Amino acid sequence: MSSHDEHDHDHPHEALTNSEEPAAAARVRALVDLLVEKGVVGRDDVRQRIDWLVSRSPSDGARLVARAWVDPEFRQRLLADTRAAAFELDLDPGPSPVVVALENTEAVHHMVVCTLCSCYPKALLGPPPDWYKDLPYRSRAVSEPRAVLEEFGVQLDDDVELRVVDSTADIRYLVLPRRPSGTERMTEEELAQLVTRDSMIGVATPVVPPTVRT
Amino acid sequence: MHDRGGWPTDAPIDRTEHELADWEILMDSLVGTLGENGTLNVDELRRGIEGMPPSAYETASYYERWLYSVETILTEKGVLAPGELDARLET
Amino acid sequence: MRVAARRHDGHHRTPAYLKGKHGTVTRVHSSFLNPETHAYGKDGLPEQPLYLVSFPQSNIWPEYGGGAADRLYVDVFEHWLEETE
Repeated sequence: MSSHDEHDHDHPHEALTNSEEPAAAARVRALVDLLVEKGVVGRDDVRQRIDWLVSRSPSDGARLVARAWVDPEFRQRLLADTRAAAFELDLDPGPSPVVVALENTEAVHHMVVCTLCSCYPKALLGPPPDWYKDLPYRSRAVSEPRAVLEEFGVQLDDDVELRVVDSTADIRYLVLPRRPSGTERMTEEELAQLVTRDSMIGVATPVVPPTVRT
Repeated sequence: MHDRGGWPTDAPIDRTEHELADWEILMDSLVGTLGENGTLNVDELRRGIEGMPPSAYETASYYERWLYSVETILTEKGVLAPGELDARLET
Repeated sequence: MRVAARRHDGHHRTPAYLKGKHGTVTRVHSSFLNPETHAYGKDGLPEQPLYLVSFPQSNIWPEYGGGAADRLYVDVFEHWLEETE
């Protein structure tokens, strides 16, 4: 699992009881036990899904981006058919029948949201962060995206076309961010380290950390 | 309630993140398994969430919504008997 | 194209903010199971064509305060789209 800083936080809707878990935790476990007993699901099938989920990480998406940055022909293939490009790198693009990579350029910046629920390319990025699933982002990303980007520390020039993509169906969208300047000597692996999860959602841009600049 | 695009809001975007708890990973994986074997599809999951009473929708956490939906849909389909899960938790 | 302005009780994936708005088809996806029926235990057939439709932000939000070229892209099913002149 990717590491997150926060463990304890006051999320208003997690009402804790005496234990550290909400009441829902026991309920979910009981539900699984019940469904396994009834033969509705197999315990091993659930375990396999757990293994799959915990192995998902944004480093998969980052590999697609880094390869696209160094290999223009791969970039074209990535844009034409993102699922196929993922398979080329032995990556799992997930169950969605179509994944689309959206290329950021000097003139165009993409940002992805799911206003209706939480659709997200989790096979390639891992589970979505809470803010992506919560109501404020879902409300504001479509109607005031530039203000949202500013909150995330991204300033776009007025003449850059900001395209917000609302994932309402089975298509999953992944942003292909721009390669930062000053990275000409970096290896593909080093480049992949620069690609953050947030940059593949479209709320961040990859930067070269000061210590790395030559 | 779920159809949120453009709703006016003063709420800042809270960027605090949390690692998924074991029960959340379990919930997600249960739904994935139910989807794979055809018991419950993602459109039904979403429909179940959308049917939550608005106050419950707003206060429930993300995977609590999933739990509500799965219980509702599976009961609707007769996979779970009404009250069956409650009864099990009481034992 | 214009997104149909009709009301739909029950599960559907056309966001309210989009209904009645004018945009342009930018990508033709393949067809997918209809979530409006698939969500209620039906098989979701026949599959419905899905399109990526692009809207100038100013078409959607009267008070949009961003760039004049900014756009919103949304996947919309064919049965929610009406041709316009």
